[in-house]
Amino acid sequence: MSNSINMESPLHHAQLDDLVGQSGDGGVILHEAKFLGHLNLRGNSQDPEFLAGIKEVLGVELPLSACSSAKGERAQIMWLAPDEWLIVVASGTEHDVEKKLRLCLKGHFAVSDISGAQTILELSGINVIDLLKKSTGYDLHLDSFPIGKVIGTNFAKAGAHILRLEKNKFQLVVRRSFSDYIWLWIQQGSKEYGLTIT
Amino acid sequence: MLLIHCPYCEEMREEEEFSPAGQAHIVRPLDPEVLSDEEWARYLFFRKNPRGLHHEMWLHTHGCRKYFNVTRNTVTYQIMESYKMGQQPSVTASEKGQS
Ligand SMILES: [Zn+2]
Repeated sequence: MSNSINMESPLHHAQLDDLVGQSGDGGVILHEAKFLGHLNLRGNSQDPEFLAGIKEVLGVELPLSACSSAKGERAQIMWLAPDEWLIVVASGTEHDVEKKLRLCLKGHFAVSDISGAQTILELSGINVIDLLKKSTGYDLHLDSFPIGKVIGTNFAKAGAHILRLEKNKFQLVVRRSFSDYIWLWIQQGSKEYGLTIT
Repeated sequence: MLLIHCPYCEEMREEEEFSPAGQAHIVRPLDPEVLSDEEWARYLFFRKNPRGLHHEMWLHTHGCRKYFNVTRNTVTYQIMESYKMGQQPSVTASEKGQS
């Protein structure tokens, strides 16, 4: 008998892997960036020691201005609130990063591994903006939503964080419990443009 | 639909992202033991219901999940300002000639 436990992403039941290559020319392209390490970080951004500790462990400065993000080789950091961030690291490295953060950070802070609680959906394609317009009231123009900006907002009435990676490429951070609903919504909403799974 | 400025996200967002959280600037009594039942009940349950300027708390539920304060006219729904927790309003009823 095998002792290994198979990890299942929140969209395991949708069997997205089987849908890869089924349709090649969709206006909306969806990819689940599954099993990434998600660490929630709380701390005082006024404390230089806290900031230095983050830089040392993650190799990238903590993004301090509202709705901003930062990307380093080891981690991507999203600003969630003035004292809260989401750190996304490569699959399987989250325990190590969490341990290092606990070693290097001093004072009043919190690090929580929430990898199992949410997943990241990458949306792109020439009609991705059209799909997003159906889903959120936020102004998607590049002037109000530039590349690198991350917003906590409503997506199809569910809560989600949306990070713009490119003009036509977004990352959606969604809770596990909402992921099936959002998967159904994306299928429905992109019907008229065609949906490609990668 | 109201457009509300979140002082933490530093921009206007749609009302759908927020939840109202009642009257602002209610200070918890420092020494509850010395209060009469009536004074304690006043602190717990009695709230203003002004016609005109009101200072109230909102929660940016789907955004930064922070509470902040808003000065809003309850007649016109116009929001005069929003400001962080711990700050004081710059628009107050007495300045506007209201009680
Ligand atoms: Zn906010």
